[in-house]
Amino acid sequence: MPELATERRGFIKFLCAFIGTLISVVPFGAGVWSYLNPLAKREDGAGDGFIKVTTLDAIPVDGKPAKFSIVADKVDAWNRFSNVSIGAVYLRLVDGVPKALHTVCPHLGCFVDYRPSDKDFFCPCHNSNFRLDGGIVDGVSPRDMDVLQIDIRNETEVWVKFQNFQPGHIDKVPVS
Amino acid sequence: MKSLLDWIDHRTGVRQLTKSVLFENIPGGSRWRYVWGSTLTFTIFVQFVTGVFLWMGYSASSGDAWESVNYIQNEMTGGWLLRGIHHWTAQLMPLLLLLHLMQVVIDGAYKAPREVNYWFGVLLLVLVLALSLTGYLLPWDQKGFWATRVATNLMNLVPFVGPEIQKLVVGGTEYGHHTLTRFFALHAGVLPGLLVLLIVGHIYLFRRHGITPAEPIVKRDAYFWPDQVFKDTVACLAVLVAVLAVVISVHGAHLGSPAESSEPLSAARPDWYFLFLFQFLKLPFFAGEKEVWGAIYIPGMAVGLICLMPFIGRWKLGQVFNIGIIFVFLGGAGALTYLAKQEDVTSATYLRSVLVDTRDAQRVTALAKARGIETTALSLLKDDPKTQGARLFAQHCASCHRYDGHDGLAVKLLSDVTLGELENRTGMTSRFFSGDAVHPDWLARKSGTQDPWQTVHSILDAETDGKFDVIASIELQEKQSAPDLKGFATSQWIRDLLDPKKFISHRYFGGTAHKDGDMYKKFLKRKVEKYEAKELKMLDAIADALSAQAKLPSQKAADVKRIKEGTADLEDNIGCIDCHAFGEPDPDADGPDLTGYGSRQWIIDFVKNPKHENFYPENNDRMPAFGVKKILTDKEIGLIADWLRGDYFELPADGQGH
Repeated sequence: MPELATERRGFIKFLCAFIGTLISVVPFGAGVWSYLNPLAKREDGAGDGFIKVTTLDAIPVDGKPAKFSIVADKVDAWNRFSNVSIGAVYLRLVDGVPKALHTVCPHLGCFVDYRPSDKDFFCPCHNSNFRLDGGIVDGVSPRDMDVLQIDIRNETEVWVKFQNFQPGHIDKVPVS
Repeated sequence: MKSLLDWIDHRTGVRQLTKSVLFENIPGGSRWRYVWGSTLTFTIFVQFVTGVFLWMGYSASSGDAWESVNYIQNEMTGGWLLRGIHHWTAQLMPLLLLLHLMQVVIDGAYKAPREVNYWFGVLLLVLVLALSLTGYLLPWDQKGFWATRVATNLMNLVPFVGPEIQKLVVGGTEYGHHTLTRFFALHAGVLPGLLVLLIVGHIYLFRRHGITPAEPIVKRDAYFWPDQVFKDTVACLAVLVAVLAVVISVHGAHLGSPAESSEPLSAARPDWYFLFLFQFLKLPFFAGEKEVWGAIYIPGMAVGLICLMPFIGRWKLGQVFNIGIIFVFLGGAGALTYLAKQEDVTSATYLRSVLVDTRDAQRVTALAKARGIETTALSLLKDDPKTQGARLFAQHCASCHRYDGHDGLAVKLLSDVTLGELENRTGMTSRFFSGDAVHPDWLARKSGTQDPWQTVHSILDAETDGKFDVIASIELQEKQSAPDLKGFATSQWIRDLLDPKKFISHRYFGGTAHKDGDMYKKFLKRKVEKYEAKELKMLDAIADALSAQAKLPSQKAADVKRIKEGTADLEDNIGCIDCHAFGEPDPDADGPDLTGYGSRQWIIDFVKNPKHENFYPENNDRMPAFGVKKILTDKEIGLIADWLRGDYFELPADGQGH
């Protein structure tokens, strides 16, 4: 019965390939599944996303921008930290009204410097520079510096809606 | 012995294996130009060995990574050597890879049937670069942190799935524990595993096809063993000696200050062999949405072109074209690398950033050594008055006040930098390679010229030896309007304040309303200017007595008798207490309370509210009430007070902390 034997052999070969694939895929599958965890997790900011940064009196009256740390609670995987700095903003008074800019360059995420000598913002990585209102003057950044929403509460407290945005694109899309 | 070897060979066939490894035929005999592959294998071996031992001291989490690397570098016996070898070998590998690749292209060693092996080689090159990129982050210092942010933000540019890829690589939207665990798993697990597989394949295919002899062949064929093996081992020794020379001369490898997302590091740069890509992205052509071309498409096409070389090489002029392309790439990358370096070493922003990072790193290492790390190294730095007091002063006080003429952030690079060392640091070549130099602003201030390197030389010509402070603070353009607080409440500072000329200079109150106040008009101008030697001596004693109120760490050994005299002068002879309270509350006093003048509490109370009845209830000039208006927290005001008073941990000269 050579014919039947060949047929059976073929089936066994198929089973070998099938089982072989299956037993290799399972450990990889388990690994990849857990590796994809960050995609499943969504950042859900507590409350309305506004964080108290400082008071109006702390912002220079002469219209120069000043850097302020954003202090908030932070969860880093298995740790929870309370009151740590999670980033920074530039605050500046325009006719007495505070304006907030993200300190991170919309190009590739370097920390933008304020240059008092040139009265502008300058990214020390790829040399984009911006006006004090965040508008791009020159350089490779695809968009203006990211303006952050600001809210004055209890008359003097400056609250900022601190958000990160996708770098490298013309559109300002929040990271989530 | 022989019987034992026979026994093993009978069961393993090890002799046959050894023979086939050693008695490979080399057409034209051994040559020095064949050593590059072996040196690369050797460096990979070095990286595996040192990497595994580093692993034994490393902890991949955002609260431990810097701390463990600092421990390896500064506390473990031989840790600096281990880390130094790993770091500097990694710096050398791209160079060896480049030589290897160039040789293969120039000799046409990629031609049929060796195409697959050539691709293995290109893949190995990419893997080594990936290992370098992932390794850069692991120390979790400012440099690695900010440079890796840029590198991972580039992934965001990949069409359609960019943000998802970035999220997977980073382990979320924020950089933290999982960024490190993921990078570490890639660096020490996935990538080395692939590397081993590819090297085995690379060497297997190399043996299968044999060496591509370089023309002309002048000598007879020979076996791999022993002549070529000898040449290979000598080349590996040369590589090791070169690495060790650098490791020993810089004592290991650089470790910056701990990563901190709210403190910028303008000096974040990739490793030297990525600088050309970094510079490439500055080209105006890649502005806006076209960046993906500079970051992904063009580099991808370049690698693609390199992979296609075996096919291009088949055409008549293909080989020449390939060699041309390699040199065009090399020339372009070399020029971009040079531009990137040149831009940095002449940029004040960059240099300041390097100096500030170096200072913070030295500080936190010293603190960690002396006190141990209770939570994280970063919190040591955050609670350190010497570091934070200066920063807060620069941010909140330096718009009116000064500290020794600057904004508080001047960097003393090394306490004993002599002119000879200064010259070394500023020499063209060392500047180019280290990126660390003397700050141009400081140099300009020193001699008033704008060309810093001319200035260095004029200083070098003028003086023979001396100590140098390197100022890395931003240039302060406006004239100060409030007192310079360097040495505040020291005897000398108070004595100078009591000098009428100095009082109305900009160093004290020349820029404030106090120059028209009673202190100047009724006391200094009317009385002190006419003082004789005896009364001036009293002022000296008063300065000492008042300074004793501050209890400054720098003035511990005060002369009790003199303070008693000075106090008596202050109360009775000169009449300070006509306007100031001293020793007890005085509701009629309109000048600042001199009780505890310059003490920690006095400074804190003053900064919190200068208009308080103990200070300037009527005549405060523009100074905000930092505490009352909640501009600064109590902790921040305390840090500024401690910094001004010099009340912080300082490593004494004998190296033992107090």
